[in-house]
Amino acid sequence: MATAVSRLPESQIAQHIAAYDREQAAKRRSTLIGLAILLMLILLAGNVAEVDPAKFAANIHQLTSYFGRIFFLDNGQFVLTDPAEWFWGWKKWLVHIGDTLLIAYLGTMFGAIGAFFCCFAASSNLARNGTARFVARRVLEFCRTVPELVFALIFVVAFGLGPVPGVLAIAIHTFGALGKLFSEVVENIDMKPVDGAVATGASRWQVIRYAVVPQVLSNFASYALLRFEINVRGASVMGFVGAGGIGQELIEAVRKFYYSDVSAILLLIIATVMVIDLGTERIRHNLIAGEQRR
Amino acid sequence: MNPKASLLDRESARRNHPGLVRPSIRSRIVTGLVVAALVALALFALARLEFSFTRLGSGLAQLATFLGLMVPPSAGGHAMVFFKSLGETVAIAFLGTLLAAAIALPLGFMAAQGMIGGAVLRFLTRRFSDTVRGIDTLIWALIWINVVGLGPFAGVLAIMTSDIGSFTKLFSEAIEATDRKPAEGVTSTGGNRFHVMRFGVLPQVMPVLISQTLYYFESNTRSATIIGIVGAGGIGLHLAEMIRTYEWDRVAFIILMILATVAIIDFFSSRLRTRLIGSRRAEA
Repeated sequence: MATAVSRLPESQIAQHIAAYDREQAAKRRSTLIGLAILLMLILLAGNVAEVDPAKFAANIHQLTSYFGRIFFLDNGQFVLTDPAEWFWGWKKWLVHIGDTLLIAYLGTMFGAIGAFFCCFAASSNLARNGTARFVARRVLEFCRTVPELVFALIFVVAFGLGPVPGVLAIAIHTFGALGKLFSEVVENIDMKPVDGAVATGASRWQVIRYAVVPQVLSNFASYALLRFEINVRGASVMGFVGAGGIGQELIEAVRKFYYSDVSAILLLIIATVMVIDLGTERIRHNLIAGEQRR
Repeated sequence: MNPKASLLDRESARRNHPGLVRPSIRSRIVTGLVVAALVALALFALARLEFSFTRLGSGLAQLATFLGLMVPPSAGGHAMVFFKSLGETVAIAFLGTLLAAAIALPLGFMAAQGMIGGAVLRFLTRRFSDTVRGIDTLIWALIWINVVGLGPFAGVLAIMTSDIGSFTKLFSEAIEATDRKPAEGVTSTGGNRFHVMRFGVLPQVMPVLISQTLYYFESNTRSATIIGIVGAGGIGLHLAEMIRTYEWDRVAFIILMILATVAIIDFFSSRLRTRLIGSRRAEA
């Protein structure tokens, strides 16, 4: 086969090769420039963030020794030798984990309800006018850009210590995040049912109830569940600023060097997050499957 | 089809597909039970978490006062300090994201089917990534402070650690979703496993990796604003301090600074994404 390949005259090949080399060189050059800029940014950022590889290398054994220490009880025994002693506070901790879940649940629920009522105004196909859409979008953007812990800090001052500020902080952040996702779902609906409902003289809320909601409900539920999953993680650190849940216990254990408590609480949090992940994933798969069957 | 026929069809449709016109009793009961359970749980949670109208009312009144005190926002002569910490925050997010992406790339290949290593390595990498992801950035910051001391370096390591978990998962999913034909082509020309990954897989996943990394950079800027609360550097320390000392005009100033920074980063990262990838197609 190879013998049958016809070759171009040398002069033409040389031209092509030169053009190819030029292209490659240009590409290499732009890649190199990009890498140089990246390197400069890394050095600059490293300087600003006080990155110190020597300190890291000198102290990295503390990470391993920290993980070593949290798995040993006060009497020097490995935690697994005495699980009862390791999880001595399990009743108290489970109550706090339960509270954490309730904080995440209420925050997700309030946020999702708010997002439901706001998303139609923020979507480009159902908004009544440009001004309403602009305002709704900016409000949602504000709510999801300010970190929930910042809201929690402010709310703790306003509402007092406890789970209430945690719930409100999560609700506001969820409102912003879900509002955006919901409005994107609404923008992707089939507009024919909407036109049909409008043609029968339906009011705005009738249109939404009978033409829009049936199309978007399973997607909304799926996003809300995903958000619940994220909020469980978020609620687990609300206690760091005094906004309820298991975080309070964890930060106390860390600050007071109750090593085995740290590992016990961390394991409880990880296990809870995993169980919630698996549970919501199954429900979401069922929702999506139900949607496709219709 | 004439209108009269479609009217007749409507009657027969109602008879033949009762479920569409009026949901069955069973599905109505199920819906009612689910809603009732959700509401009952919410009521229980409200009672358990000590919600009350008096508390909400007085809290909202307080909030209104704070909002009043936030206007006009002012740095109170600390503008330079705030700008420096904000720079620190962005540096933390940038380095943390970049390091995480660099470390997660080989891990992503390990966690994907049929790339590096066997099923055992894949299983271990995946469980490692799940565990790391289950712990919040703030908790990682607490742990790293024990290792490298207070300061932004601990913040970089915290962002890096929690993102390694997310990136490993995302990258391995992207790698598994690639078309296998280019990889087979590389193998057919005598390429080894490394060649397959470099020339058969990497060019396909690069757009996804870049756009995910840029997206995480943006969201990490938000996370980096709060890790200062536990002492891991950045603007969070000042923010928490100003809130605790009721300096509401400065709180408003810092929040506005954060919003502006996130907006700027959003703008540049979406331009960079478009330039590197060519279009916004690969975003999802």
